[in-house]
Amino acid sequence: MQKYSIFSLIKNAFSNHKNWEVAWKDPTPKKEYDVVIVGGGGHGLATAYYLAKTHNITKVAILEKGWIGGGNVGRNTTILRSNYMYDANNLFYEFGMNLWKSLSQELNYNVMYSPRGIINLAHSDAQMRVYARRGNSMRLNGIDAILLGRKELKKFIPFADFSSDCRFPIFGGLLQPSGGTARHDAVAWGYARQADSMGVDIIQHCEVTGFDVVNGKIQGIRTSKGEIKTKKVGLCVAGNTSVLTEKFNMHLPIESHILQACVSEPIKPILDNVVTFGAGHFYCSQSDKGEMVMGGDLDGYNSYAQRGNLPTIQHVLTEGVAMFPYLSRLKMLRTWGGIMDMSMDGSPIIDKTHIDGVYLNCGWCYGGFKAIPASGWTFAYTIAQDRVHELNAPFNLNRFSSGNLIDEKGVGTKTWIG
Amino acid sequence: MLEIKCPYCGARPQVEFAYGGDATVKRPELNKEITDQEWDNFVYYRKNPRGKHSELWHHISGCRQWFKAQRDTTTHQFIKTTKLSEEV
Repeated sequence: MQKYSIFSLIKNAFSNHKNWEVAWKDPTPKKEYDVVIVGGGGHGLATAYYLAKTHNITKVAILEKGWIGGGNVGRNTTILRSNYMYDANNLFYEFGMNLWKSLSQELNYNVMYSPRGIINLAHSDAQMRVYARRGNSMRLNGIDAILLGRKELKKFIPFADFSSDCRFPIFGGLLQPSGGTARHDAVAWGYARQADSMGVDIIQHCEVTGFDVVNGKIQGIRTSKGEIKTKKVGLCVAGNTSVLTEKFNMHLPIESHILQACVSEPIKPILDNVVTFGAGHFYCSQSDKGEMVMGGDLDGYNSYAQRGNLPTIQHVLTEGVAMFPYLSRLKMLRTWGGIMDMSMDGSPIIDKTHIDGVYLNCGWCYGGFKAIPASGWTFAYTIAQDRVHELNAPFNLNRFSSGNLIDEKGVGTKTWIG
Repeated sequence: MLEIKCPYCGARPQVEFAYGGDATVKRPELNKEITDQEWDNFVYYRKNPRGKHSELWHHISGCRQWFKAQRDTTTHQFIKTTKLSEEV
């Protein structure tokens, strides 16, 4: 594999950039693999990468119905954070935050990791106390957290509405300085390129049509490009998980919902951090190109459509303008939607299943992007060792029966409300 | 903007309605011995089809009646809406 560097860039400039190697091959599927990963998004690609790199399992195929990076890894708002309350979430996501720090170097691909800090706004004394508690929980788990008062916060986001007669006056906020953003496509492409170089076959435009299960064991997988034998299958298909698991009569505590986001026209730097206005169902950051990247609520009904409706965008932007009045003058460039695999407690599932050799990675709700490295790493471990790692042990499928839910938001099973 | 036909009021814009989820979920009967599995199914498990979906909607900013709908989750098209007492 060609190493990307300033020297390779200069060298290729002399041939008008016409001689770059392909970043990943386009192989035809082999008859048999040790592991087949379904879904060529961030989680699937990262899983294949860590299978090859950490566990030395390189006879791996990634099957992708569309093209790699065309699903939620290309449809998110690129936020990285580990600002949770519960230990299980804190430890898992912070493990991922440490992987993010060196990901560009590890993948030899600039993922534009930008730890610019994420701020959650608070609008009452009660909310300040809740954030103090959450910040303490983070710090006890070794995560950086700073509770900001109104005056300190104003230095970070001077153009927010700090007036005291608005519906949600700003009392302060919780800052995680190591939170931030990364370039979503680069994450998918970086993992794909490295996985490919270690022998992983990335097979695009290949739809899974069925599973061959004999005596409770997976024997192979049927696809639009023929049958493939394998003893292990990992599912990383986010919003389409239920569609695949229905094929072997497995029902999941998951609903698929549409979540929209949008970007404005680019403007000069005005917002340094990622800011979430939870009370207003709005969050925002500014991309390196200058676009304001904004998102908020689910549309609120089951959907596989990858596109939403205008009322939700209007609602989100109305809240946005309330917090950042300067947004009202901006034109929107693009809106898009992705299908979220909303689990019934708001936390993911990374686990084995009742079928020997079928592994499940789903339930990411709104937070799949930041989890890509940690999810890939723990899922690869679970597939390779046929057991859960202590990091993903709490995210088991059994918790819905055992009562050990990880309901960070405490909104119950109506995931479309949260 | 979706247009949703309330069985009581007729076609109204989507913003008047709230979503109620899978219409096929049934609460186990009161005072009946049930297994943990049956209770789990009621609390946590939903139908999540790609395509036709039976679901509940609430005309919350209108007549405030609940009703059933059949809708395509790939296109958002409402195929049919009926009163709770009627079969879809």
